[in-house]
Amino acid sequence: MKIIALDSSGLVASVAYLEDGKIKGSININYQKTHSQTLLPMLDEMVKTLEIDLKDVDYLACANGPGSFTGLRIGVATIKGLGLSIDKKIVDVSTLEALALNWPGADGIVVPIMDARRSQVYAAGYSFEGNETRPVKVIEEVNCELSVLIEKLNAMGRKVFFTGDGVPVYKDMIKQSLKVPYVLPNAANAYQNAANVAVLAEIYAGEGLAKKAADISPVYLRKPQAEREREAMQGQQ
Amino acid sequence: MADINILAIESSCDETAAAVVRNGREVLSNVIYSQIDLHTLYGGVVPEIASRKHIDKINQVVEKAIADSGMELKDMDAIAVTYGPGLVGPLLVGVSFAKALAYGANLPIIGVHHIEGHICANYIANKELEPPFMCLIVSGGHTHLVKVADYGKYEILGKTEDDAAGEAFDKVARAIGLGYPGGPKIDKVSKSGNPEAIKFPRAKVGGSEYDFSFSGLKSAVLNYLNTASMNNETIVTEDVAASFQQAVIDVLVGHSMEALSQYGFKKFAIAGGVASNSGLREAFEKACAERQIEFFLPPPILCTDNAAMIGSAAYFEYISGVRHGLDLNAVPNLKLGERVN
Repeated sequence: MKIIALDSSGLVASVAYLEDGKIKGSININYQKTHSQTLLPMLDEMVKTLEIDLKDVDYLACANGPGSFTGLRIGVATIKGLGLSIDKKIVDVSTLEALALNWPGADGIVVPIMDARRSQVYAAGYSFEGNETRPVKVIEEVNCELSVLIEKLNAMGRKVFFTGDGVPVYKDMIKQSLKVPYVLPNAANAYQNAANVAVLAEIYAGEGLAKKAADISPVYLRKPQAEREREAMQGQQ
Repeated sequence: MADINILAIESSCDETAAAVVRNGREVLSNVIYSQIDLHTLYGGVVPEIASRKHIDKINQVVEKAIADSGMELKDMDAIAVTYGPGLVGPLLVGVSFAKALAYGANLPIIGVHHIEGHICANYIANKELEPPFMCLIVSGGHTHLVKVADYGKYEILGKTEDDAAGEAFDKVARAIGLGYPGGPKIDKVSKSGNPEAIKFPRAKVGGSEYDFSFSGLKSAVLNYLNTASMNNETIVTEDVAASFQQAVIDVLVGHSMEALSQYGFKKFAIAGGVASNSGLREAFEKACAERQIEFFLPPPILCTDNAAMIGSAAYFEYISGVRHGLDLNAVPNLKLGERVN
């Protein structure tokens, strides 16, 4: 199975190419240029270097959220446009689940935390059972205050493996309030990586979960501010 | 010469649009998905909500535009997309999508200026129109008086110093309880009002003689409403609407006619969402007829944000050799006549 995957949900723009269970190439850039300027040139670079014929690709894949609203949409719009032009189905994968593959096989709970600003995070919890590559969700995807998540992790009592761009932002708070043993990521497994998206997409495509480009939509986990304010006002009335 | 067919995409504000245009003048398809009902709840366009809607609808809109044209994606000569000016979130959906579409189909990508698109709507509506001419672009986000020297060559003679004309319509409509979008609502009730009832100011601005200012006019309307309500006077909504609209029209027509006479143009066009305003259209028809100026205006479907106009502008870019790279970015404050990347 041949899959082109991308992830631009956070600070990193990432593209990867998987062929029959093997990552043949990936490019990750964490730079101040916008994803709009970097993502497609990176994809083109990878396609040229690996001599990929787009016609031979079986599936496209992308991280579909949560994440930076604009970053997510750059990636999702790119994959939807490409899906339409080369007529391929798309596997959309949770950004958090893909991040969990930064700690494959960890003996504890893998907790990706993404900075959602205003002392909030997007987060979820996963564990790896037996020899499975695929993470099992043990904490639902949430947008919440970090303190709420920490309380939950303390109650669960298992060792925590953190990853994600929320780690550098919140590491002092984690140190102060988390009472269970934990590990922080290193420079190489702290961020989104489209290779992880490709690995999950291969599993999901095998289960028939690929969708038409038109049916792909980001999962934000948070309503637009104007909508939240409007609902709050209606609640008061 | 072989026909040039361009698939164009527009998502700079709250319309998701796609169209196929042949040789810059012939519209083979023109699909617009309007989000206006969604934004009416908020009294104006909410950028994040617009962005979310764009990404959910863009494939359906583009697929329909291709299907309606009777052609296939591979038959296109280029993909065009609005890359500015506009709201950055909505623009990025269109730009990212269009670039990937072009990349996968191995077609060139051409970024188009939204306002240049509005001007080019006149090339679609009037097959014989050729530059040079003068054009007034009036919409919710823009008020520009422009000299169109040649295809793709523009010079701004005047622009608004504060609110765009359409923005003033929205704000006044909200103040007199007509709601959003203000332009069509004020236009409608104005028909049964007296445009002479209230004397609102016709603003002259200090800068360029053809610049516009509408925030003073808006404040004058708000002051009138406050004073009237404090004095317990009856406010006749129709008269306020008609008098306000007349003040806007007088300034737009006045500036345009002075500029036409100074620069010696014999052709004048209008464009943009507010160009659908019936009072404005009638005033320009009359003013141009009196001065033997040939007057051009697109039908309302080409005045609102649409992708056919982007396909027209892109054609003239295409034949002049403009091509953008895969790193094309959205430029929210792109200036008229400016070319970026």
